Amino acid sequence: MSSSSKDRLPPSTSNGSHERGKTITLAHGSGGKAMRNLINSTFVDVFDNGLLAPLEDQARISLADLTAAGDRLAFTTDSYVIDPLFFPGGDIGCLAVNGTVNDLAVSGATPLYLSCSVIIEEGLSIDVLHRIAKSMGQAARIAGVDVVTGDTKVVPRGAADKLFINTAGIGVIPANLNFGADRARPGDVVLVNGDLGNHGAAVLDARGDLALETTIESDCAPLNNLIQSMVEICPDIHSIRDATRGGLATVLNEFAQSSNCCVHINEADLPIRQDVQAMCEILGLDPLYMANEGKLVAIVPKEYARPLLATMRKHAYGEKAAIIGTVTDSPKQMVVLQTMFGGERLVDMLVGEQLPRIC
Amino acid sequence: MKYIDEFRNPDKAHSLIREIQTLVEQIDVTGERPLQLMEVCGGHTHSIFKYGIEKMLPEQLELIHGPGCPVCVLPMGRVDDCIALSEREHVIFTTFGDAMRVPGSEKTLLETKAHGSDIRMVYSPMDALQIARQNPDKEVVFFALGFETTMPSTALTILQAEKDATENFSLFCNHITIIPTIKAILDSPDVKLDGFIGPGHVSMVIGTSPYDFIATRHKKPIVITGFEPLDILQSIWMVLMQIAEGRCEVENQYQRIVPQKGNEQALSAVARVFEIRDYFEWRGLGSIDHSGIRLRDDYARFDAERKFSVPNLKIADPKACQCGEVLKGVIKPWECKVFGTACTPDTPLGALMVSSEGACAAYTTYRAHEIDELIQRREFRAKTQDA
Repeated sequence: MSSSSKDRLPPSTSNGSHERGKTITLAHGSGGKAMRNLINSTFVDVFDNGLLAPLEDQARISLADLTAAGDRLAFTTDSYVIDPLFFPGGDIGCLAVNGTVNDLAVSGATPLYLSCSVIIEEGLSIDVLHRIAKSMGQAARIAGVDVVTGDTKVVPRGAADKLFINTAGIGVIPANLNFGADRARPGDVVLVNGDLGNHGAAVLDARGDLALETTIESDCAPLNNLIQSMVEICPDIHSIRDATRGGLATVLNEFAQSSNCCVHINEADLPIRQDVQAMCEILGLDPLYMANEGKLVAIVPKEYARPLLATMRKHAYGEKAAIIGTVTDSPKQMVVLQTMFGGERLVDMLVGEQLPRIC
Repeated sequence: MKYIDEFRNPDKAHSLIREIQTLVEQIDVTGERPLQLMEVCGGHTHSIFKYGIEKMLPEQLELIHGPGCPVCVLPMGRVDDCIALSEREHVIFTTFGDAMRVPGSEKTLLETKAHGSDIRMVYSPMDALQIARQNPDKEVVFFALGFETTMPSTALTILQAEKDATENFSLFCNHITIIPTIKAILDSPDVKLDGFIGPGHVSMVIGTSPYDFIATRHKKPIVITGFEPLDILQSIWMVLMQIAEGRCEVENQYQRIVPQKGNEQALSAVARVFEIRDYFEWRGLGSIDHSGIRLRDDYARFDAERKFSVPNLKIADPKACQCGEVLKGVIKPWECKVFGTACTPDTPLGALMVSSEGACAAYTTYRAHEIDELIQRREFRAKTQDA
């Protein structure tokens, strides 16, 4: 299935150089020559694959190839509206690829094809668009997926904020895998693949309101390869989700509710960088609710927890993997945190956005 | 984290809990009532729940979550005034984050923002002043809120605005002061507290002597307390020691931060800019004499209330709401008639349900698994009382 990624041409440098340094205008969304040039120079070159190149109105995918890889199609979509477009450790482009790749991968699917739909506010610099498209191309190559179809719209100033990207993705789930948020069982063990809250903290810092000096980078990364290596050790992983918006706390609550059980975690075992922790302390935020873009939470049978941990730690995106808790019978549909201090408290879902405290 | 982890050491916590247990047994708790200590400050309430401290304590010891969350005690009419200010043309309204969700009589600042008002979250009043400098064609109003902890930064911002002659900046001043509030609570006939976990950051500004009346006149022990969990446990132990030994004193557990005289520079900036209002309305507690702060006449040009007209309507708390009794420790949050039923974090009626420092919100966030049982207990009690 991934043969197309092996056949890739070297990245083209032709076309479009005359566009550099200019800004996007409504003409670039008009359907005419300006749009064609923009699409060719910005997207077709960097995405560089045989399914996209003919520029038909749709990508045509062989069903035989798909069915050879598994028995269910995974299909997902997500829109990316992040501000700022560039932040330490990533940008909206790699986020748009990895986010959708991860939404596929956490089902056990092998992610294969993505669409890329951009809504651009007129006035955006073409250089910025090029940088972001290049980042998408690079992220797709690393994740081993192809961006095979897309759409470009330009809207008047104020009708969107600089750039919005929607990516949809399809992948194929191998017949032997059956992850589900409702499959957590008492006795299961909870694993994460590394430091929590880095993306949320990096983006908060990048907005520049706080004038903090940190070196926190977003953890934006594709998880499909890591999950692949986990499945090789234990095909019967019960549940996996990526802990994006709402953070670890939200995912654990989803598991506890869907499975009608309790997820019990130990504060002392949570991998959190000191600077992220410190930033949260200052602002009155909780790292358990901070967003991640390259973190998965897995619920696995107890006997596989140690081997899985060892496997994850060998992987570039799992070096700081940790066992953070267990599934218990009650209190049902709750997440309980054993505090480092020796107390216990509930970790609930947030009602709205986390708001910094006054003092 | 250095200088933080030391204050979260579980081994030290366990030995403190054992000593607290011994003291509670030693103190002759007569009658049906447990020992009641009030933490005045919302920051303490937050720490108590965050670290699960309440559940580590012996049953005969009860913590009452007092009125020290400035967001919680803000009356609805003042929120409406904020909304009215933010809806004026050419106004950028700036606020601390946790005031965004407090319900006014019709909507919150968050909803007002969605309707098109330019409302921005800031982390400091200086950020608001900066926004004013960057937008000379706009009027920037800062929602000044909080006890003595945040008052000095507001005062210094006003002094800075005066120095730069920034004329498009003003305050909607809702600063409140802690001492008259503690007095009002102690004078309330239904209050039966045994001691106080005293404010930490407020005391860093005002020092320790303003609390003397608690010990001398009201004969209650008070210990000024830091915000780390070991600080809180140590202070509980110190208050209990006073009770056990029959002492009533102002003690300072938070000596690493709180000097006896407070912060003289901060106090002088506050005194220069602010004066005490005759009275101020509190959500849940009603009007308390001399508890509010406003800008002095010399700084009237920075006072949004005088610069623009605000509706200044007094809006009664919802009738069913028992925030006041919870704030005074007369009832526990779950004993309120609407707790967990009509009043939830999704649909807060009372302000104690809105801010994460509010006792009711903290209960639902951190002890949700007990809520159904507690509500059943309340309903059962109500039924048997009716019968």
